[in-house]
Amino acid sequence: MPDEGNEPVEQQSRVSRRDFLKISGASAATVPLIGTKVVHAAGAPVKIHGPGKTPVTLAINGQKHTLQLEPRVTLLDAMRDRLAITGAKRVCDRAECGACSVLVDGKPVYSCSLLAIEVQGKAITTVESISNGDALHPIQQSFVDSDASQCGFCTPGFVVATKALLDEHPNPTPEQIRRGLSGNLCRCGTYHGIRHAIAQVAQKGA
Amino acid sequence: MPDFAWPTADDRSLIGKRISRLDSPDKVSGRAKYNYDYHSASGQMLFGKVLRSPYAKAKILSVDTTAAEKMPGVEAVEVVQKIGGTVQWAGDEIAAVAAIDEGTAEEAILAINVKYQQLPYLVSDAEPPAGSAEAPGPMGEDDVWDAIDNQVPERQFLEFLTEHGVSFHPGEDLLKEFKGDGASDAILDALRKAEYHEPSGSGTRSPYQKAAATTQGDPDKAFAEAGVVSEGLYGASVITHCCLESHGSTAEWPDKDHLFVHISTQNVSGVPSQMAEPLGVPAANIRVHQDHIGGGFGSKFSADRWDITAAKLSRKAGGRPVRIMLERDSELKVAGARPSAYARVKVAASRDGSITGWQSQSWGTGGPGGGGSPPIPYVFSIPNQRKEHTAIRNNIGPARAWRAPNHPQAAVITMGALDDLAAKLNMDPVDLWLKNMSLTGARQKVYEEEFGVASDLMGWKQKWRPRGQNVSGNIARGLGLSLHTWGGRGHASQCDLTIHPDSSVDIKIGTQDIGTGTRTTIAIVAAETLGLPIEAIKLYIGDTQYPPSGASGGSTTPGGVSSSTRRAAVEAREALFAKVAPALNATPEQLECKDKMVRVKGDSGGSLSWKEACSKIGAVAITARGKNPDKEHPPDLTNSGVGGVQMAEVEVDMETGIVKVKKMVAVQDCGLIIDLKTAESSCYGALVMGISYALFEEKVMDQATGTMLNANMEFYRLAGYNDIPELVVHMMTGKGYDERGVIGLGEPPVISPGAAISNAVANALGVRVSFLPLTPDRVLAALGQKAGA
Repeated sequence: MPDEGNEPVEQQSRVSRRDFLKISGASAATVPLIGTKVVHAAGAPVKIHGPGKTPVTLAINGQKHTLQLEPRVTLLDAMRDRLAITGAKRVCDRAECGACSVLVDGKPVYSCSLLAIEVQGKAITTVESISNGDALHPIQQSFVDSDASQCGFCTPGFVVATKALLDEHPNPTPEQIRRGLSGNLCRCGTYHGIRHAIAQVAQKGA
Repeated sequence: MPDFAWPTADDRSLIGKRISRLDSPDKVSGRAKYNYDYHSASGQMLFGKVLRSPYAKAKILSVDTTAAEKMPGVEAVEVVQKIGGTVQWAGDEIAAVAAIDEGTAEEAILAINVKYQQLPYLVSDAEPPAGSAEAPGPMGEDDVWDAIDNQVPERQFLEFLTEHGVSFHPGEDLLKEFKGDGASDAILDALRKAEYHEPSGSGTRSPYQKAAATTQGDPDKAFAEAGVVSEGLYGASVITHCCLESHGSTAEWPDKDHLFVHISTQNVSGVPSQMAEPLGVPAANIRVHQDHIGGGFGSKFSADRWDITAAKLSRKAGGRPVRIMLERDSELKVAGARPSAYARVKVAASRDGSITGWQSQSWGTGGPGGGGSPPIPYVFSIPNQRKEHTAIRNNIGPARAWRAPNHPQAAVITMGALDDLAAKLNMDPVDLWLKNMSLTGARQKVYEEEFGVASDLMGWKQKWRPRGQNVSGNIARGLGLSLHTWGGRGHASQCDLTIHPDSSVDIKIGTQDIGTGTRTTIAIVAAETLGLPIEAIKLYIGDTQYPPSGASGGSTTPGGVSSSTRRAAVEAREALFAKVAPALNATPEQLECKDKMVRVKGDSGGSLSWKEACSKIGAVAITARGKNPDKEHPPDLTNSGVGGVQMAEVEVDMETGIVKVKKMVAVQDCGLIIDLKTAESSCYGALVMGISYALFEEKVMDQATGTMLNANMEFYRLAGYNDIPELVVHMMTGKGYDERGVIGLGEPPVISPGAAISNAVANALGVRVSFLPLTPDRVLAALGQKAGA
C-alpha cells in the first residue's frame, strides 16, 4: 500500500499538502484578514495561517475554547500550557511514548504530534472526561484495583489507549490488546497490572 | 512507656493486606498534578529554555547574550557557565532564557552566541589499554573544581580526599568559592582536614584511574589447587534513568526574600538547603512543594543546576514563575546515567563445586567522576580473592544513583561467572548455588528457603537442560538464575499526627511518594494504630512546611515513614486514652482502639465510638510527633538486610538474535510488609525494568562527535507491553520475616533480572553473551564466535 500515507494527511489538514504546493507555486495577490490570509491559488481562495497568532477553536471534553495560537503550537501544548488541561503528559514530545494520548473523534492520537490548528471542529476527549466527575469509569476502577500505576505519569495515556481499544473491541483478542497498547510506554513497569486491569474490565464489560 | 511495637499477626486488620494505593484514583483520572503540570496562580508563567554545549569537552571563551536579551517576549537571560571554564559533556548547560512562551524561549537561546575552544574528549568505556591506568594522586585545585562541577557523588568525593589528600592549600576564601559552586559542608570539612602531598606526575591526568587493588586469602594457592577454573568476560553498559516526568521545576519569588519551588524531586525536605547557598537566601525562606513525581529511580535527589537557573531567571523577571523542565533529549543526555561495569573474571572451584577463588580485572565509567567499583564477587564471600578495578573518567555526562547503585552490575558479573562455572562442572546451577550457600552469610537460610520456592514456581527441575540442549529449529530455550541482597533500613523521618476534637485525624510529614505507595503505607500504619478505616486519615506530604523526612532512595522510605508514623500514632492514641479513661471508668492502660471505637480491653468492658471518644479531647487537639530513629522509644521498628532469588526463562531466535523472556519468577523478603499489593507491584515493576535493561537499554555514545546517539524514546528503547512475559512474584512473609520490622523494597528486586536473563541466554545458546543489553547483534556475534571456536 505505497500510496496510503498521503490521503489521511490531506483530509486532516486545513491546508493540505496539495494546497501548500499550489500556494508555493502561485504568485497570487494576498488579501489580509484578521489573523489569517487568503491567497488565490489555482483559481480558488485558500486560507493560510501564521506565522503570527491566529484564532483557534478547540472542542475539548464537550467545551469550546478559543485561543490565539501560533500555528506551530501542538494540541498537547495548547491544552497543557494555555488551558491547564494537564491529564495528557509531555514526555517524548515526538510520538514515541503515548503519554500524551487523547481521543480525536473517538480515535486515539498522540497530541504532541498534532497541531492545535489541525483539530478544530473535531471532538477532543482527554483522560479527564473519561470519568464522570468523581465516579471512575470501569476501566479506571479496574486500573485502581489492579494497581496498574506506580508513579502514574504514563497512566492517563494508558487509560486513553485502553478506552479506545475497548470501544473498538469490547472483547479484545490478545493480538488486539497487543496492538492497542503497543503505542504506550511505562518506566516503572506497570504492564503486569495493566494486563490484569484489561482482562478484568473486558470480562465485566466496559 | 507506651508500646510502640508493631501489632502481632493476629492483631492486624490492615498491615500486610492487599490494599489499593490511595492516590490511584487521582492518577487514573488525570487529576493528579505533577510538577510539570503546575500552573502558578500568582502570575503569568514564563518558560525557560537552556542552551547546551554541542561539544563533549570545550573551553568557554565567550557568551554573548545581547541579541537574545533584545528579543520581544524575552524576560530574563542567565549565563550558567563561567567564562574560561570547561564543559565536560555534550549537553552541559551554557546559558538560559525565560520568555513568554516556549517558542520565543527556543528562538532566544538560538540567538546566544557562544565561542568554544574544542578540546580532546573520551566517550568510550572500552577496556583500558594495558598499563594505561594510573594510581590516583592528590587532588589539585582544578580537580576539586572539576569534581564539584561534574557532580561527583559526595561519598566518593570524601573517600577520595581521605585516601589521597590534596596537592594545594585551600584557604577559607577558596573554600567559600567552592561552596558557592555547590560543594557541601562535608566536602569543605574534608578539604580542610585533607592531608597535603606534593603534586604527582606530569599534570595531565590519565582518564584511567586505578582503584586500590585488594587481595584476601591466598588466591595463587586457590587457583593452583583448583579442580576447575572457569574464565569469562561479563558486564553491563551505561543506561539512563529516563524518568517519564523529566527533571525540572517551576520557581517563583512571592517577594524578594522568599522562593517557592515546585520541583520534581525524591528529596522534598532536602532541596531548600541545596538551593540556599547558590541563591544567597536562607534555607528557611525556600518552600518546596510537590504533589506527585513522575519517576526518579535515584536521579532526583538534588536541586540541579537548571533548577538554580530557573530560580535566578525568576528573580531577574521580578519573581514571575519560571518553568524549566528538561526536553527529552536533555533528560537522556544529562539528567543521570547508571555507570557501566565490565570484568574479566576467573573462578576456582573444587571438582564437587565448592568455590575457592576469585580473580577479577574490572573497569567501567560513571562519566567525569569515574564511578564506583562494583561490589564483586557479589553476595558470595569467596575466601581467596584478587581484584583490580579501573575507573574511566570520560565525557559521557554525569552518573547518578540508579536503583540499587552498583548491585545490578555486580550481579551480572558474579552470577555470570558462577553460571559459567556450573556449566564447566556439568552442574545444574541451582545445585552449585546451594552447594555454596555457606558463603552467603547472614541471609543463608532465607536464600535456601527462597530457592525452594522459586524452583517450584519456575518448574526448574522439569524444564532445566544442560547448556545448548534445548533447541528446536531456530529457537533455543534456557533457564537462568541470580540472587541479591540489600540493606533497606528506614531513614530519618519525623511525622506529626493530630487527632481533632471533631474526630478527624490528619498527618503531616515532609516525605514524598515516588510511585512506591508511600502515602498508602503511612495511612495504613496510622489507621491500624488508631483502629480506623484508611479513609479516616487525612494525609499531607510533599511540602517543606511539614516535619522533615529523608530522601526517598536506597529503599529507606518505608522503614522511615512507617516508624515515625507508628510512634506518632501511638503517642497520640495514649494521649487520647488519658482523656477518655474517666468516662469509661478505666485506666488509660486498659483501653484499646478497635473497629472505630475506644474500648476497654476484654469482653466485659465499656466502649465509646471514635467520635464520642474524640469529643472528650477538649478544645485543643492532640498532636504527637513521631521520629525515626528514636532510641528513647524502643523497639527499633525498622531493620536492614534482605535476600531475593530470581529465575528467568528465555527463548532465543538464533537466526535473528532476538531474545524473548518467557517467564520470570521473583521471590523476595522485606521484613514486615505494610501493603502486600504495592509490595508485589514493586517486584513486578522491577522485573519489567530488569527485562528492559537486560535486553534493550544502552546509552550509545558517538565516538566521532562525542554526543549520545539515541537521546529519544524510539532508539533508547524501554520494554513495552509486548515484551512482558508471565511474571510470578512471591513475597516471603510470616514467621521469621514479619518480626524483623519494616525494610524497604525499592532496590532489591531490580538487582537480579539482568543476571538471571543473561544466564538463561547462556543456557539456551551454549555460549555467554558477555555484555548487557543482550541485543541481537551481540547475540549473533557470540553465536558466531561459538561456531568459529
